Amino acid sequence: MANLAAAGEEPEILFWVGCAGAFDDRYKRVTRAFVQILEHVGVKYAVLGMEETCTGDPAKRAGNEFLFQMQAMQNITTFEGYGIKKIVTACPHCFNTIKNEYPALGGNYEVIHHSTFLQQLINEGRVGVSGGGEFKGQRITFHDSCYLGRANNIYEAPRDVLAALDADLVEMKRSKANGLCCGAGGAQMWKEPEPGKKDINVERTEEALAALDGNAAALANLNGVESGNAGATPAPRNGQQRSIIAVSCPFCMTMMSDGVKNKERENSVQVFDLAELIATAEGLNA
Amino acid sequence: MHFSIQNILFLLVAVAGFGLFAWQVRKVRANILVGRDRDMSGNVSERLNKTLLVAFGQQKMFKRITPALLHLIVYVGFIVINVEVIEIMIDGLFGTHRALSFLGPLYSLLVGTNEVLGALVIVAVAAFWWRRNVGGVRRFTGPELRMWPKLDANIILYVEVILMVALFTMNAADLKLHQLEGAELPGAFPISSLLTGLLPSSVGALEVLERVGWWAHIVGILCFLNYLPSSKHFHIIMAFPNVYYSRLVPQGQFSNVDSITHEVKAMMDPSYQVPAPATNPDGSAMAPTPFGAKDVDDLAWTNLLNAYSCTECGRCTSVCPANLTGKLLSPRKIIMDTRDRVEEKYNSPLIFQPNLYGTEAKHAGQEVLDKETHTLLRGYVTPEELWACTTCNACVEACPVNINPLESIIEMRRFLVLEESAAPNSLNVMFSNIENNGAPWAFSPSDRFNWADDLFVTEKA
Repeated sequence: MANLAAAGEEPEILFWVGCAGAFDDRYKRVTRAFVQILEHVGVKYAVLGMEETCTGDPAKRAGNEFLFQMQAMQNITTFEGYGIKKIVTACPHCFNTIKNEYPALGGNYEVIHHSTFLQQLINEGRVGVSGGGEFKGQRITFHDSCYLGRANNIYEAPRDVLAALDADLVEMKRSKANGLCCGAGGAQMWKEPEPGKKDINVERTEEALAALDGNAAALANLNGVESGNAGATPAPRNGQQRSIIAVSCPFCMTMMSDGVKNKERENSVQVFDLAELIATAEGLNA
Repeated sequence: MHFSIQNILFLLVAVAGFGLFAWQVRKVRANILVGRDRDMSGNVSERLNKTLLVAFGQQKMFKRITPALLHLIVYVGFIVINVEVIEIMIDGLFGTHRALSFLGPLYSLLVGTNEVLGALVIVAVAAFWWRRNVGGVRRFTGPELRMWPKLDANIILYVEVILMVALFTMNAADLKLHQLEGAELPGAFPISSLLTGLLPSSVGALEVLERVGWWAHIVGILCFLNYLPSSKHFHIIMAFPNVYYSRLVPQGQFSNVDSITHEVKAMMDPSYQVPAPATNPDGSAMAPTPFGAKDVDDLAWTNLLNAYSCTECGRCTSVCPANLTGKLLSPRKIIMDTRDRVEEKYNSPLIFQPNLYGTEAKHAGQEVLDKETHTLLRGYVTPEELWACTTCNACVEACPVNINPLESIIEMRRFLVLEESAAPNSLNVMFSNIENNGAPWAFSPSDRFNWADDLFVTEKA
């Protein structure tokens, strides 16, 4: 961004990478995939690089309002310095915080989550994904992120993006407004869960696997603690065929990937972000 | 018109009943207003629209179809039977008999609908009782639903049956009386006409039965009205203001703490003028309000309104990911605790004895302190419950009357962190990472652009 500003240029969008997108090894691949899509369609974008700092979301959810506001003010000052108007991010937590909580502190921007942005690119025909390429006919289920769905009512955009892949989309028992959290929101990502009978991401992964396997018996049994063995490694439905859990949030990515490992299904089930799926379908492998 | 001592008696009973109710409502109102100020004015049309859909229209009930249909029967029955209550009031005060019968065919329709609904209410209530006590619906169990809350739920069901039985006794006796006298009773009685055979054929006995039914029905209603402020059944009234005053902003938007904003602005810009602290009427500075909520009076009044609107249905808890996986958190318990605590500290209505379910519902680690010093936080709600929340908003989405347990949870987290520095250690590590590295993980800010290393991006900043 600093370079662009020095050259007297203004970007069309600011791509807010977020801490997970910058530091989490798995989510860095999503960042690269999204950047490749941006390069591919020729959107004039900028990133803040080292001038970016945490939005303050985990601090605020954990009750540390003071730290949150310090972070928010710092970011707002950066945004104002560059005259930023439009921000795109792949993290629903950053998206929610900048969109909904920065205005009270004087930061008003047009904030777009990358699922909505990708949907727009597809609608405008700028991303073709003709025939879906390698995902045609593959089983994909979408895990709603709480901070995208319930928090901001975005349910259709990610599904529209997946629909462009011409894949075999299946819905989980609990989806959209009734979706089940991956277990990482509200600063849970940074602490051990409270004692209980099961981890939330395991419960959610069992549900995703049941949907992908078409396992009606497991679906009927899914009810939290009672479902101890519901997802006990049934045979994948179509032999060699891979299934995909699609996510649109770095925390969901981590939690669902861990869940799949916990269920020892990493050979047949993969967790991908929407941007990765689109980039792969477009042949833009990172 | 047939004026008698009965009418004077009725007047006294009615005045006492409504007067007592008004007195109890005043106490509840005062309890709600101990909460912190929050400006909820404006957006009238949007709010009315929401009230119409969610409260009158029961929009959010229909996520679960069986209870929604059963509830709809009782709800519509309640509204239609209220028209009959108007007639009873008129009859009772002026000694008339079936004062609304001048409406003719409309009256027949009204009474007929009433009877059918009355019968359906009995069926629905039986189904409710079965679901709650035999059917093993998971959300009707749980530590917070023992003792008083369980009894309360069943009392409501029993009273509803008694009221309906009284209504049918009155109608059937009245009908048979008219039949014996060869007279025509205005109205249509699809259910009571089936019941007349069960009644004695003596005119005297029928007259007594009709009066007993009439009095039982109206006195029952007045008693029930005064039971409401002590009960979860208060939701039939409080649902409306609660939905009206519910949040209009996106669910992901958490409240801003203005006092902190002033401090942060002053830190970043020395010339920033922090507004003078609020003063008492006598000009002295008011005690500073704590950050977050330790006790009920630290919550906003809307959070306390929430507590009085809760019908303890447990839809919030049944979708809570933490609760589903066996953690202590139950959003319903947070709301019930809030009501118990506010009534313990301030006014309690006639019947309610705060914390009747007492130690049985207490979690391990919950401090048992004396009435004066124990607070909502720690006295009722343990930090363990609060830290289990993923802020996923499932409870907020699930509540049929737009209660927001998440807001109270965050307020109490704020108190734990900002006033007591009592966050779990791993969260303190996360805080210091954000402070020192600008990220919740311990990575150096200078590595923030490493993702672009092997990418073809034109140049690095």
